[in-house]
Amino acid sequence: GLFVWRLKGAGTRHIPCHFVHLCRAANHRLITFQYFNFLKRMYVTQYNKDLSQRAKPKSDPVVSPFHDLQQLDQEKKVIHKISPVSPGHQPWPETSGRNELREVKSPAEGEASAPAPRAEPKDRQWKEMKLQLDELPGILARLSKIKLTALVVSTASAGFAMAPVPFDLPCFLLASLGTGLASCAANSINQFFEVPFDSNMNRTKNRPLVRGQISPLLAVCFAASCGVPGIALLTLGVNPLTGALGAFNIFLYTCCYTPMKRMSIANTWVGAVVGAIPPVMGWTAATGSLDAGALLLGGILYSWQFPHFNALSWGLREDYSRGGYCMMSVTHPGLCRRVALRHCLALIGLSVVAPVLDVTTWTFPIISLPINLYISYLGFRFYRDADRSSSRKLFFCSLWHLPMLLLVMFTCKKSVLDKEDKGDLLGKGESHGRAMEIRLP
Amino acid sequence: PPAHSRNDWIGPPDKHSNLRPVIFYVPPEESPLERRLREARQEAQACNQQFWARHNCAFRQEKEEFIYSRLKAKGLEMRDETGQKATLNAEEMADFYKDFLSKNFRKHMQYNRDWYKRNFTITFLMGQVALARALRWLRWKKKNVEH
Repeated sequence: GLFVWRLKGAGTRHIPCHFVHLCRAANHRLITFQYFNFLKRMYVTQYNKDLSQRAKPKSDPVVSPFHDLQQLDQEKKVIHKISPVSPGHQPWPETSGRNELREVKSPAEGEASAPAPRAEPKDRQWKEMKLQLDELPGILARLSKIKLTALVVSTASAGFAMAPVPFDLPCFLLASLGTGLASCAANSINQFFEVPFDSNMNRTKNRPLVRGQISPLLAVCFAASCGVPGIALLTLGVNPLTGALGAFNIFLYTCCYTPMKRMSIANTWVGAVVGAIPPVMGWTAATGSLDAGALLLGGILYSWQFPHFNALSWGLREDYSRGGYCMMSVTHPGLCRRVALRHCLALIGLSVVAPVLDVTTWTFPIISLPINLYISYLGFRFYRDADRSSSRKLFFCSLWHLPMLLLVMFTCKKSVLDKEDKGDLLGKGESHGRAMEIRLP
Repeated sequence: PPAHSRNDWIGPPDKHSNLRPVIFYVPPEESPLERRLREARQEAQACNQQFWARHNCAFRQEKEEFIYSRLKAKGLEMRDETGQKATLNAEEMADFYKDFLSKNFRKHMQYNRDWYKRNFTITFLMGQVALARALRWLRWKKKNVEH
């Protein structure tokens, strides 16, 4: 469905916001972040299809964080079915659960209008493990989590756009392509590592490797054939710093975040870093150096990950517990909510730092204050109430908060021309003074 | 799977382990390398199946017991007047989830190490088999061209 949301501005202006929410997207990746552009996107939600959430693009958006997008249902009590086969075994999507049940009950629905019924009977059959070439593009898209990758690339583009240099289109395209390839590689390796765990979680059980549509060898080869050219493109076509950041992010995502998910709750912080690196890469692609502005942009994304992921993970506690994932929402619920609130407030602080670092004008913290205050308010409600409705509200807010914040930041970007003008004025002043000095004696 | 098929077949998810079973095709002229690969995959499948089936059943059972004990503590029955199964809300279940996760932590660590090792071995063997097959095909092609 489509939701039109009106922001209650601080009297300055109303900002209508559209966002699409997906049905039944179970994504628990911490790192992946859902980054919705202002352009409307219709996501076809299919049976058990998830939209990765957390931005971890380069390997799953920040740890995955791939959060599940759940339908906005009315508050209902969680029904815990103790039956061996319980398709709708999730707290959040009641409707999706109902959809699933409907599908199970009527497997012979045939090719009905929606794609969902078609998925059900096919899923229950024995399939030959032969690579179908005509299905290959779809399989690879799902393996690389193409939607999440797109979100990651948009974050990197935001970083590129915010850099205080004249816009260079070829560089921008190369950087975006390289980032996208690196993200595909990281996501594929992540899925390669997590096959038995993905099979056991509702959100992820329809992935290509889980379903045997592609062999692990092919998945690894695909990852290598995306990652190597991607990093090479960034290193040689853009600059070595960006390439190094890309390679580091892939490593962080696949070798640190993915195993850590099952070992310690610290994975959330690692995942947040993974999500913060793409905009930094965009900035370094444009300027070639790691300025304070790059770190600020990374910091904003880093802080954003926490309300986003923590709110999402609140509804997935059962699956995490059974799957053996160490997440704050299961083991340290109080910490989970505190951290989410802390980082909502940090976003306000970071917005104020932006003009200090000459990244934006002083209008940015003023205009962004309403949305930052709103997400902080929802963060506080989540902290205090600790229930499904507050966690859902916070999660959905985070989905439109980030694109809006980045857009406002871009419109408030300190123009490169302004800085040049100031420099000219100073120069003229100096030469005037010198001229005077020469005449006097 | 049909008898004439020359590929592996993968089935629907298992009721208990949620894993999809694979029936492996044994070619008549299977090389020792290919046999090693197939056996490694079969072994991994059996271990995974056993682990997850046991784990998921334990989860279900413990959850049932937890709900029962909590309901009894509250003085409620398992089923209310309408015959519906009584449930606990998410906050009450949170204690159970935390407990279950910490109880099984070591088991998961062991399984993780095991799984990663097996996964790498199998994929590496797949690579070797693919390479061997490619070389065989090239040699066959060369022989055909010569004749």
